Amino acid sequence: MGFRLEKSGRIDRTKPLDFTFNGRRYRGFAGDTLASALIANGTHLTSRSFKYHRPRGILTAGAEEPSALVQLGEGARTEPNLRATQVELYDGLVASGVNAWPSASCDLAAWTGRLAPLFPAGFYYKTFLWPASFWKALYEPAIRRMAGLGHAPDAPDPDSYDRMNAHCDVLVVGAGPAGIAAALAAGEAGARVVLVDEQPALGGALQGLRHRVDGVDGTEWAGAAAARLAAMPEVRVLTRTTLFGYYDHNTLSAVERRTDHLGPGRPAGTSRQRLWTIKAGRVVLATGAHERPLVFADNDRPGIMLASAAQRYVNAYAALPGERAVLFTNNDAAYEAAHDIVEAGGSVGAVVDCRPQPTAPLAPALREAGAALHTGSVIAATHGAKRVRSVTVAKLGKDGGLSRERYRIYCDSVLVSGGWSPAVHLFCQSGGRLAFEEARGVLLPGEATQALQVAGAAGGSFGLAACLAEGGAAGAEAARAAGFGDGSPPPPPPSDAPEPGAITPYWLAPGLKPLGHGKAKHMVDHQDDVTAADIRLAAREGFRSVEHVKRYTTIGMGTDQGKTANVNGLAILADTLGKTVPEVGTTTYRPPYTPVTFGALAGRDRGDLMDPVRRTAMHEWHEENGAVFEPVGQWHRPWWYPKPGEDKHAAVARECRAVREACGLLDASTLGKIEIAGPDSARLLDMVYTNAFSTLKVGRVRYGLMCGDDGMVFDDGTTARLGENRYLMTTTTGNAAHVLEWLEEWLQTEWPEMRVWCTSVTEQWATVALAGPRARDVLAAVAPALALDTESFPFMSVTEGTVAGAPARVFRISFTGELSFEINVPWHHGRHVWEALMAAGADHGITPYGTEAMHVLRAERGFIIVGQETDGTTTPQDLGMDWIVSKKKPDFLGKRAWSRADNLREDRKQLVGILTENPKEVLPEGTQLVDKPGRAPVPMIGHVSSSYMSPTLGRSIALALVRRGRARMGETVHAAPDGRFLPCTITEPVFYDPEGAKRDG
Amino acid sequence: MAEQPVPQSPLASLADALAATGADGVTLAACPARARLNLRLDPEDGGALEAAGAALGGTLPLAPNTATAAADGWSILWLGPNEWLVCGPADDGAARAGALEAALAGTHHAVTDVGAMYTTLTLAGANARTVLMKGCRLDLHPRAFAPGACAQTALARAQVILHQIGAEPVYELTVRNSFAHYLASWLLDAMAEYRPA
Amino acid sequence: MLWIDCPWCGPRPETEYRYGGEAHIARPDPAATDDAGWADYLFMRTNTKGVHAERWMHRDGCRRWFNVLRHTVSNEVLAVYPMGTPRPETPRLPGDGAEGA
Repeated sequence: MGFRLEKSGRIDRTKPLDFTFNGRRYRGFAGDTLASALIANGTHLTSRSFKYHRPRGILTAGAEEPSALVQLGEGARTEPNLRATQVELYDGLVASGVNAWPSASCDLAAWTGRLAPLFPAGFYYKTFLWPASFWKALYEPAIRRMAGLGHAPDAPDPDSYDRMNAHCDVLVVGAGPAGIAAALAAGEAGARVVLVDEQPALGGALQGLRHRVDGVDGTEWAGAAAARLAAMPEVRVLTRTTLFGYYDHNTLSAVERRTDHLGPGRPAGTSRQRLWTIKAGRVVLATGAHERPLVFADNDRPGIMLASAAQRYVNAYAALPGERAVLFTNNDAAYEAAHDIVEAGGSVGAVVDCRPQPTAPLAPALREAGAALHTGSVIAATHGAKRVRSVTVAKLGKDGGLSRERYRIYCDSVLVSGGWSPAVHLFCQSGGRLAFEEARGVLLPGEATQALQVAGAAGGSFGLAACLAEGGAAGAEAARAAGFGDGSPPPPPPSDAPEPGAITPYWLAPGLKPLGHGKAKHMVDHQDDVTAADIRLAAREGFRSVEHVKRYTTIGMGTDQGKTANVNGLAILADTLGKTVPEVGTTTYRPPYTPVTFGALAGRDRGDLMDPVRRTAMHEWHEENGAVFEPVGQWHRPWWYPKPGEDKHAAVARECRAVREACGLLDASTLGKIEIAGPDSARLLDMVYTNAFSTLKVGRVRYGLMCGDDGMVFDDGTTARLGENRYLMTTTTGNAAHVLEWLEEWLQTEWPEMRVWCTSVTEQWATVALAGPRARDVLAAVAPALALDTESFPFMSVTEGTVAGAPARVFRISFTGELSFEINVPWHHGRHVWEALMAAGADHGITPYGTEAMHVLRAERGFIIVGQETDGTTTPQDLGMDWIVSKKKPDFLGKRAWSRADNLREDRKQLVGILTENPKEVLPEGTQLVDKPGRAPVPMIGHVSSSYMSPTLGRSIALALVRRGRARMGETVHAAPDGRFLPCTITEPVFYDPEGAKRDG
Repeated sequence: MAEQPVPQSPLASLADALAATGADGVTLAACPARARLNLRLDPEDGGALEAAGAALGGTLPLAPNTATAAADGWSILWLGPNEWLVCGPADDGAARAGALEAALAGTHHAVTDVGAMYTTLTLAGANARTVLMKGCRLDLHPRAFAPGACAQTALARAQVILHQIGAEPVYELTVRNSFAHYLASWLLDAMAEYRPA
Repeated sequence: MLWIDCPWCGPRPETEYRYGGEAHIARPDPAATDDAGWADYLFMRTNTKGVHAERWMHRDGCRRWFNVLRHTVSNEVLAVYPMGTPRPETPRLPGDGAEGA
C-alpha cells in the first residue's frame, strides 16, 4: 500500500477491507471507494476503452467518471459499467475493468488501437452499409463483441427493490456547502425539506478540500449540519441517493442505494435500492460543478487525472496519485490541488500553465517545493504504455503552435484542469435554457421554466464563500415561496477559502504532429473514444449542427452523457467552424443523470405483484379444481378444467359436449355491470345503442350493440329493464370501465340536461351461467320457489328470487344457444351458490366449463366477440347485424357515419363462416385469405377472426371477415397459413341451430 | 326467509398472513362485512341534500376529500360533487336504503346497494403512513391529510378509497373485491421490511 | 409527470386521469352536417404548439370531466375550468404557434 498516506483522510484505518480487482487481491479501508483503494495501491490502469481498447485509468473522483468503468460482483448480482469512483469499498468486493479480455493489462483486442486510422468518425455508418442483411447477422454481433462495455447478468436478480413517494415544500439537490446552507435555511423556516446527495456523507466538494467553515474543518461543519438537520422533524436527508431525473411540474426521481455499500452480505428484508418520486414545491439545485480536462495529445493514459480528483484522493482518502506529478492547467484554482499534494508529502515536478503570465497566488509556494514553472506552455505529448511515465512540455509560439523549446519531464501522474463546468444536467432536464459565458468558457443555467433556484457552483459561483451565501439565500427564498419565513437569508458562516482566481479558456493543445496525423490521440470523450480529430473531420464533412455532430461522432452519447467531454467538444467544433459556442448551439441533457438499474425502476412490480390479478368470488374453487387460467384484461378466468390425462383439446371437447347434451357451469362474474337510473335512462340508452331500449318492457332483456360516433362497433351486451326508470346494463369483460366512462363522458360533456345516474355494480354480483338442456332441472333443485317454465320465465327476461338461500337476480339469456340461466347473487355468496349448483347438478352431468369452451359454443352459434370479430373498423352492417340497427330512431351514436362514402363501399370486409375442405384442419386465427393460390404477392381478401374444432359438428369451423363476403356464399377461397394454400368454402356464419330452437331447452 | 349463507371474504385465503401482522409497528386487518350504499343526488335539488342527511342521521359532506360520521355507526364518504358512499353495520343496510328511498322520493336520485362490491382493510400503526407512501402518490403528511380525510386515489395498481380514521395513524382502505387479494398481498409485501427478524 | 388540479379533488398526478383530447368540439347536428363536416368532427384536431384547450377526467377519483388549458411545450397548466364554459382568455406566451379555432 505504497501510496497510502499515514495521516489525514476520512478513511477508517481500523477497518481494513480485502478486495479483488482484475484478479488481484488488494487491501483498502472503510470509507474508500474502489478507485481510491486502487490508487492507494498504486494501480491506475483499470480497463480498456470502448473503441480502440486503449489502456484507461481513473480520471475523476465522482459521478462524471467516463473511463474507470468496472464490472462489479459475480453471478446473478453482477452489474456492468459502474464507475469505480462511486463504488464504495466493502469486504470481499470483486470487480474487473470492462471491455478487456482476458484482462485490462493484457488485452488481446488492443490491436484495434493500431488500426485506429481505419476507425474515423462515422466509421460504422460508412463501412457497414451494405448489404443490409449482413448487419444483423454479421456486423452487429461482431461489433458488439469488440466494442461493448460490461456484460449483463444472465440470471434473475436475487435482490429486492421498492419505491417511495415523497412530497416536500423545498427539495435541495446536492449537499455541498450551498446545498447544506439551503437545507438549513429552509428547514429552520419550518418548511418540509428533502435534501438529496449521492455521497455517503454530507459535504460535497468540502470532502476533497481542506478549507474551514465556521471556524472548523469543512467536513466537520458538514457533519454538524447533518446533525442539525436530523433534529428537524420536517427535514429528510437522503444520502447515497442520486437525483437522476427532473420531470414536469417539479416531479423528480431519485434512486437511493440502501445496501449496495454492504456488499452481497446485505440484510434481507431491506430493499437494495429504492426509487424515490419527489413532488416538490420549490427546488434548489446545488449540484456543484465538474472539473473538465484539457485536450492534449494522448491525454488518456492511466495516471492522468483531473487536478481536483487528485486533490480529493489525497485529502479525503489519503491516497497519493503518484510519486511525482505534473500539473497542466489554464487557471489559478488548480494550483491548490498541486499544493495540497505537496503539503501531504507528495511531489510535484512541474507546473505547465498555458497562460503566458499566470497570476496564481500559490505559484511561489509550489516553486519553493521544487516544481518547475512552465508558463505559456502545454503538454505536447505523453509517454508510457500502461501508465504515464513522462510528458513532453513545449512552449507555445506566438501563433499558438508549438515553439522549438521543449522539455521531457518524468512523472507518474499528470493533474489536469481546464476549468469548471457547472453541473447543469438537472437544470436542462427541467426545461431550462443554458447560456454560454465566454470569459470562463462555461455553460450556465439561463432562464428556468419551473419553480427552481440554482445555488453555488451549479450556477457558476465557484468560490466557497459565494456557495455558502447563495445556498442560504436560495433556501430561505424557496421556503418563503412555499409559505414559510420571510425569505431573509441567514448570515453565511465565515470560511477561509480564497476566491477561485483567474482562468483563460483553452480548448486544444497542439501535439507534436498536426491533428489527426500520427498515432497520438487528443481524446475529448474518453468513454466513446471521440477525439478532437473526429470532431474536425465531422466539420470537414459538412456537419454543422451540434446535434448532428453528436450523433455522427457519438460524443456525449455514452453512459456518462459526456459530463467531462461536452464543453470541450462544443468549443472545438465552434473553433473549427469559425463560430462562437452560442452560434453552434448546445446539446441538452436527458434523464438519467447517471445510469439507473432496471431493478430500481421495476420496484415491486415483479412476479405476482407485476400487475393485479383480478379474482372472482369463485377463483379459489377454480384453483382447487385444476382450472387453467386465461388472462382477460386483468382478470384471470378459467380457460378449461383438464381432468387427469386430458389435454386442452380433450378437455374443451368434453366441456362443449356437456353444455350441448347435459349442462355446464361458467363463471361469468367478470362481465361489466352498470345500473342506470333516472327519468332519462331510456333516452340515454337509445342514444348509445344502435337499437331501441325505450320500447323494452319492464322485466325484459335486450341485446345491444354500442358504436362510436364513427359508426364502428366497440361493445355489446345485454341490458335489462328493472323498472320504469332503472336499467341494468352488462358489458364485455375487458370494456367494463371503458363503457361506464363512455356513458359518463356523454352525460357530462354533451348531454348534461339528461337526468341519469350511472353506477358500476360489477363486483356487487357474482354471476354463474348455467347452460344446457338440463339447466332448468338443476336450477329448480336449488331454487324451488322460482317459476322457471318458459311461459312464466321466457327467454330474454329477468326475475328475482332465492337461489341456494342467497338473494338472486336471474336472467334468461344465452351465449351458447342452449337453454341458459345467468344467476347473479351478492359477491360473497358466489362460491356457495356455485357449489350448491355443482351438487344439485351432479346427477345431471353438470360440468364446469371455461372460456375456451364458451368461445367454441358461441362460434358454433355464430355469436360475435367484440375485439375478435371486430377491430375498430367494423360496422354492424359488416357483421351482418343490420337487424339490430334501428331504422326509426332519428339519431344515435354511429348512425350518421354509416352514410359516409367509405362505409357504403360494397367491397368492405364482411363477416362470413369459413369451412376448410379438410374438416380436421383448424386454421390459426389471423390466417389471411386469398382468392387463388399463387406466388406472393397475392391480393388478400380477408382474414380468419375465430377458428375452432367444433365437437358438436365434428369438424373445424371458422369465422372470417372477407371482402364482399355476404355476396359470395358457397364460393371457394383459399386460406394461406404457413405457406400452404387450403381451399375453403364461404358459408353463413351460423353453424348450429340457426333457428334458435334449443334456447328454451 | 331462510337464513342466508355465511358471507365469504375475498381475503379468506390470507387470513393467517393478516393475523400475523402487528408486531412490526403496522397492522393490516380485514374489516367484517358492512353495508354500503352508493348515493347519487344533485345538491342543488331543493331539499334532497337535507332529506338524505336526515334519513342517515348526519350531514352529507360537501367538501371534497372528506367524510362525516352519522348516527348508529354510519359514515358518509364524499366521492364526488353528487356522489357519496354511505357505510354502516351490515344488518342495517336494507332498512337504511329504504329510509333513503322514502326520504328522496320525488327527487332525481339513485340509491344503489354496493355492500357486497367492496372489501375494507384497516392499516394502522406508526409505520402505516410509510407503507402507504410506497404506492400512493398523495401527500399523506398530517399537514395535508388528517383524520377525517377521505380520498379516492390509486394505491399501487388498484383504485382505493383511502379514509383516515385515526391519528396514530389508522386508515381504512376500501377496494373492489376483485382487487382485494392483490392489494392485501401488496400491502403485506410492503410491510415486510418492518417485521422483526 | 404532470400534476393537474382536479376542480374537485385538488392536485393529483397525471396517472390518476384520463386524457380526453381537444376541448370545445361539440357534436354537430347529424341531420344538418355533410360528410366533410362529420369527418371534421370525428377526425380533425388542431395539434397546437402553444396553449391547448383539452379535456381531462379524474378516473381514479371523482370521475368528473373538466377542461384544462395547457401549454404543450412547457406543459404549464394555465387554467382549469368546467365543462360547458367558454375557453378563458390567456396571455399569449412567447413561442406559441398557430392555434386552431
